[in-house]
Amino acid sequence: MPQAVPQGTPALSVRGLNFFYGKKQALFDITLDVPTGGVLALIGPSGSGKSTFLWTLNRMNDLVDGARVEGEVLWHGRNIYAPNVDVVKVRKKIGMVFQRPNPFPLSIYDNVAYGPRIHGIRDRARLDEIVERSLKAAALWDEVKDRLNASALALSGGQQQRLVIARVLAVDPEIILMDEPTSALDPSSTTRIEDLIDELRNAYTVVIVTHNMQQAARISDDTAFFLNGRLIEHAPTAELFQRPKRKETEDYISGRFG
Amino acid sequence: MEAKPLIARGRSHEGLRDRLGFIGTLFSVTIIVLAVAGIYLFVFSKGLATFFVNQVNVLDFLFGTEWRPTLTEEEGGPKFGVLPFIVGSFIVTFLSAAIAGPIGIGAAIFMTEIAPPWGRKAMQPVIELLVGIPSVVYGFTGLTLLVPFIREHVGGLGFGLLAGVIVLSVMILPTITSISVDALSAVAPEIKAGSYALGATRWQTIWRILMRAGASGFVTAVIFGMARAFGEALAVQMVIGNGKNMPTSLLEPASTITTVITMNMGNTVAGSVENNVLWSLALLLLLMSTVFIFAVRWIGRRGRMMSR
Repeated sequence: MPQAVPQGTPALSVRGLNFFYGKKQALFDITLDVPTGGVLALIGPSGSGKSTFLWTLNRMNDLVDGARVEGEVLWHGRNIYAPNVDVVKVRKKIGMVFQRPNPFPLSIYDNVAYGPRIHGIRDRARLDEIVERSLKAAALWDEVKDRLNASALALSGGQQQRLVIARVLAVDPEIILMDEPTSALDPSSTTRIEDLIDELRNAYTVVIVTHNMQQAARISDDTAFFLNGRLIEHAPTAELFQRPKRKETEDYISGRFG
Repeated sequence: MEAKPLIARGRSHEGLRDRLGFIGTLFSVTIIVLAVAGIYLFVFSKGLATFFVNQVNVLDFLFGTEWRPTLTEEEGGPKFGVLPFIVGSFIVTFLSAAIAGPIGIGAAIFMTEIAPPWGRKAMQPVIELLVGIPSVVYGFTGLTLLVPFIREHVGGLGFGLLAGVIVLSVMILPTITSISVDALSAVAPEIKAGSYALGATRWQTIWRILMRAGASGFVTAVIFGMARAFGEALAVQMVIGNGKNMPTSLLEPASTITTVITMNMGNTVAGSVENNVLWSLALLLLLMSTVFIFAVRWIGRRGRMMSR
């Protein structure tokens, strides 16, 4: 059952965020607190800006040509877009899982060890320990423990997505951003990922974009509804689905568009 | 009743086109297969005549170090040792690949990962231009600029393996670069994004992920470059000095399999042993290029399996 909005300091505070692709504005004046712990779902029709918003939360949009951000994303009281902020550290602590599983063309072990290695961990015993812990946390260890040196590309799509989650966990993040992580998976793999998210909510803050409202209702504590680049409504999930305050929200969740 | 003939006519029309298309394309493919089969048969029959008709010993041919085709029998018989040329071919091929490989891959990384999009747009035609320059122009430029430069600043006559290696390096560089660019462009952007999202720097992403993901493409690129270097005759012949002895230094004149063929083919009579020996060298080239092609296909297949 969805819980109440956790109290205390938010994991991220977004203040007056505008986002532009070149001259085209994609996000308009978004202000939103991402609560610490639990799962926040971002829903909305295609092109509503929910994925774009997710990508602004760990500066992955830096990679997009012509992207420009106004406003603030406060993380531990500091704006991650401030000039002297270390992007490496932001992305290490705010991890991301993508729509399509994207394992590296390396072994299962090297995929998980990649993050710790680029952040300077060389000690083999410590890497072994991190790999095992991360794979266990991603509910993949039992399936792959006998073939850690096999290519990650030989895994099924669902296994690959759990491997990617293990890879994110291995760098010890605080927040995990997920961009429609099950949209490329079959129903049973989707269920496993949803079960995994349910586990992760205890130790991490999860922000998940989903085009599937049932999924949002199943797994999230809070839901934010986006439309045309604007945040329309943000409320505890049960409340948003049962008693939406805004007409647009009601139209969307009752399937009138999107 | 009226509709039936209409449809039938339409159909027979289409049927005729179908058949013409089938015959036309089948004809084209038959020509290609016949041409390839014809070349193989011809080169094999001519190239093997040296050993079966003229009774030249295969081992003396492959491992002999003396090339004296005009020596009379009283003086010890004509000698057809081609090892110096085989060695020459392999030296220029491997050294030029060793020089052009890293440079080509580096240029490809710069073009795909570092340069802004307009930089790549500007570089692409330059690379294509380099591929299209006729080899005689490379050779002529090498002869005019490189040979005197080596003579004055490095030593020797200027003509030699070093000049050949440098000319070939420049020649195969665009081939290696453009195939490497294709290999890097084929790496899914999600994979790069995954690396950046873990906090990797651009250099870490290039070094640890892209180099790995592009590896089979890079090997293919270098092999294609080597195949081109191995088969190149004209440009090499113009700068290598065409010496007949086993090369002992990069500054000495030497020969490759291809340059020996082009240098001598005009001076021999068809059917003579001197002429047949050149065919044997051609056979050697044909076998080597077959090896290169199969190597590329094998690596390509392995690469596809890896990325599945």
